Order: sequence, then structure tokens, then C-alpha cells
Amino acid sequence: MSVKVMIPTPLRAYAGKRDSAEFSAATVGEALSGLTSQFGELRKHLYTEDGKLRAFVNVYLNDEDIRYLAKENTPTKDGDTISIIPSIAGGSFAR
Amino acid sequence: MAATTQPQTGAKPATSLSNEEILRYSRHLIMPEVGMEGQLKLKNAKVLLIGTGGLGAPLGLYLAAAGVGRLGLVDFDVVDFTNLQRQVTFGSDDVGKPKTEAARARLSNLNPDIQIDTFETKLTSDNALEVFKDFDVIVDGTDNFPTRYLVNDASVLLGKPNVYGSIFRFEGQATVFGMPEGPCYRCLYPEPPPPGLVPSCAEGGVLGVLPGIVGSIQAMETIKLILGAGENLVGRLLLFDALGMKFRELKLRKNPNCPMCGEHRTIHKLIDYYEFCGVRGEEAPGPDVQVPEITPRELKSRLDRGDDLFILDVREPHEFQICNLNGHLIPLGELPRRVHELDSSREIVAHCRSGKRSAEAVDFLRKAGFRKILNLRGGILAWSDDVDPRVPKY
Repeated sequence: MSVKVMIPTPLRAYAGKRDSAEFSAATVGEALSGLTSQFGELRKHLYTEDGKLRAFVNVYLNDEDIRYLAKENTPTKDGDTISIIPSIAGGSFAR
Repeated sequence: MAATTQPQTGAKPATSLSNEEILRYSRHLIMPEVGMEGQLKLKNAKVLLIGTGGLGAPLGLYLAAAGVGRLGLVDFDVVDFTNLQRQVTFGSDDVGKPKTEAARARLSNLNPDIQIDTFETKLTSDNALEVFKDFDVIVDGTDNFPTRYLVNDASVLLGKPNVYGSIFRFEGQATVFGMPEGPCYRCLYPEPPPPGLVPSCAEGGVLGVLPGIVGSIQAMETIKLILGAGENLVGRLLLFDALGMKFRELKLRKNPNCPMCGEHRTIHKLIDYYEFCGVRGEEAPGPDVQVPEITPRELKSRLDRGDDLFILDVREPHEFQICNLNGHLIPLGELPRRVHELDSSREIVAHCRSGKRSAEAVDFLRKAGFRKILNLRGGILAWSDDVDPRVPKY
């Protein structure tokens, strides 16, 4: 199953500046593994040390939040789109 | 609270429009979706804008133009020169003025008939419920995570809709939280990101017009909520990609286990949101890593003395073009694979814009075995302040 993973702006720096990547995957989890294997630096932004998806990052299969589907075991079909939606707030706390 | 105007309490709802108002709003009135009834709803509406910055600018302008009878503006900040790139309520002669004061002047000029209440104060757990209570709709135009959670929780506790918008560089999000049947911010993001993981506008940058678009969308949603017209964004996360010029939509579900708005609420009062977001107080965060430093003045004297120092610039190429110290440019992200370009037998001074990225570079290089390496404290900004004011700040 060829699925497209959309990479949000805040994470593109860790994915070779790409805004999307395609993977062959049967589940959402497989597609995300494909993503973090290809772009190792993304892993710590998406996953905690014990391998859980970070709570401020939401993953959608097409337009549905995977938390309400089968989470990372949600099966994917050809042409599906996986979106990663991190929280953004704009503005302050300049470094 | 400082500089607060006294809101009119107990004022009776308006039941008519003056001839002047009818003329002012004629383009609303000739639409059946608004009409006299709708315009009166706008006149009687009380909307609170949290933040009068990038998102707050179009919000204030369009809600005032539409005739929202009472607008509250919450912002403790003053107008900064760098704001003018996007905060279009302000003009050049507003720099240095409190934002609420400058916004009030602009908005009352646009529409002298509406009531504008200003709250030149930081919104905190101690004052939020009090500030919110007299308003019908809360519009979140803030710029930091602790306040987003605060605004959410206060809106849910008081049962008021929270029209949410946020931006980053070229992307925006918009939705409506806080409706009884809809989700709240915590349904979407139960936890905030650790500080420093998501860059701010000052370090990530933002296309000025982007908050103009997202803020206008928030204004539109606010007006629709007041009028009861169209389909609103409750349960829908609108995603805007400005570069691709694409709008997408994702379903936002109300989380039945949400501690704030779920079936079994566990949060009954406002908390310490800075603690929740892992940020202590308002002090300027110090460097995340402790590394040996050199001040700009010290660097200048050593260079003048003829010391053989290698200047390493870890900023991005487009920053180097703005100004530079003639350093050797290796952007921080490329340092691991370009470390062979550095000679560990030489004394190296690393710098960036403000001293934070270069501190990380020094930390990395020390762990890689470099012994003669210093961080330029305060970066090129401090160099401009203390050594050479001709170097532009950005």
C-alpha cells in the first residue's frame, strides 16, 4: 500500500526540508517507522524514549485522528494520506 | 489590573439601530443572512480578544468594522518595531506604546460607536475567570502554549466558545473550541510540547500576512457564531498551507476522557500553566547548556591584540547575508558531518545570533574532543550592542 506522509513545517528541518514522503506500508505505524528510519532525527520529535507517540503530536489517517481508529495499528490503503499535526502557538519565547 | 476601563455592567441589550448605524452597516443589512436582527445581535455581542498582535490585528479591525458592540482587548505588551511587519493595527508612531492603547485608538477611529475595554495585563490563573466573565465569545490570538491552555480551561469552565487560531511560518490552524458538544484544546493536545522544541516567530520567522489570513478566519467564525449563520468550525480543524495555497480539514473529536471537557472532568480550577508547560517564570531562559564563554568585548580585545582565533558561525546562510563577523559558516544542523573542517589545535570562538545555538555547538564540539572552544555570549546581537553598532540587529 503506497501511502503519503505529510510533514508539517516545524518538523521539515529534520526531514531534509521535505514536506511529504511516500512509503509502502500496511498500517499507520509502519508508515511512521518508514519515516523515522529514513529521517532518524525525526524520531525524538515524534516519539518518547519508550517508543510512544508524543502527546503534543497528533496523527491523522486522511481526516480521522488515529486515536479514534486503531492508533498505530490502523490499516492503510493505497493512496491514503497520513498527516502529522504538532501543536503550534506562534509568537513568543524567543531564544 | 493596570489601565482597565470599567465595563458597563447591567446595560440593557440594544433593541434598535440609529439611522447612522443603519447607513454604516448597510452592506450587512441588505443581506437576509444578517438583516436588522443579525446586526442587533452583533451590536449586543461582547467579544474578548486575547492578544492584540499578529492574529489580534485583523480580529480587532474586522470585528470593530462589523459592529460588535463590545470588544475587550487583553495584552500586556508594548508595540515593538519588529511587530510592524505583521501587526497592521499599529503604525510607526505607535512604537513603544502599550498595544492595547494603540489598538484602542485605531479601532475607535474605525468605529466610534462600539465599546472597547482594555486589559493591559498579563492573563493569569488569578485573573482569567474575572476578565472573561462579562464576555460571550473568547478569541484566542495568543503566542504561547501556557496561555493557550489557560484560555482553553477558563473558557470551558465558564461555558464560553473559544475561537482558536494559530500560526507558524507558512501554516495556520483554526477551529472553535469550547462549545458544549464540541472538543476543547486539551482534546486535541492533552500535553504541551517541551519548551524549546517548537520555535517561536522570532526564531522561526513568519510571513506577515499569514496571521492576517488566519485572524480574519477567526473573525469570520466569531461573526458566524454571533449570527448563528453558516456552518462553523466546531469539531473541524482547518489547516492552511500558505505556500501551497491549500486548505485542508481534519475531524476534531471531543475526547470522552478529556480531563477538562469530558464526561468525568478532573480539572475544576485553573492551574499553574507555566509549570504545566515546563517553563519557569518569565525570566529570559538562560543557555540550555553550560559552556565556556567569551564576551564580545573580550573577543574584540583579543582580536585587536592579534590573537589567532578561528571564528565559527553556526547560523544559516540567509542570516550570514544580513550581517556577519567574517566567520567560517557551518550551520548548526550541518556541524556533525562537517566537523572535519575544524582544526582542534586552534582556538575557536563559536557564535550565532543570540548565543543559544552556538552554545549547543560548543557543547557538541567539547563532547567530540575539542578543548579550545568558547561560546560568544549574546551572539552577534551582543556584538552589535557592545562592540560595533554598525552591525545590524535582526
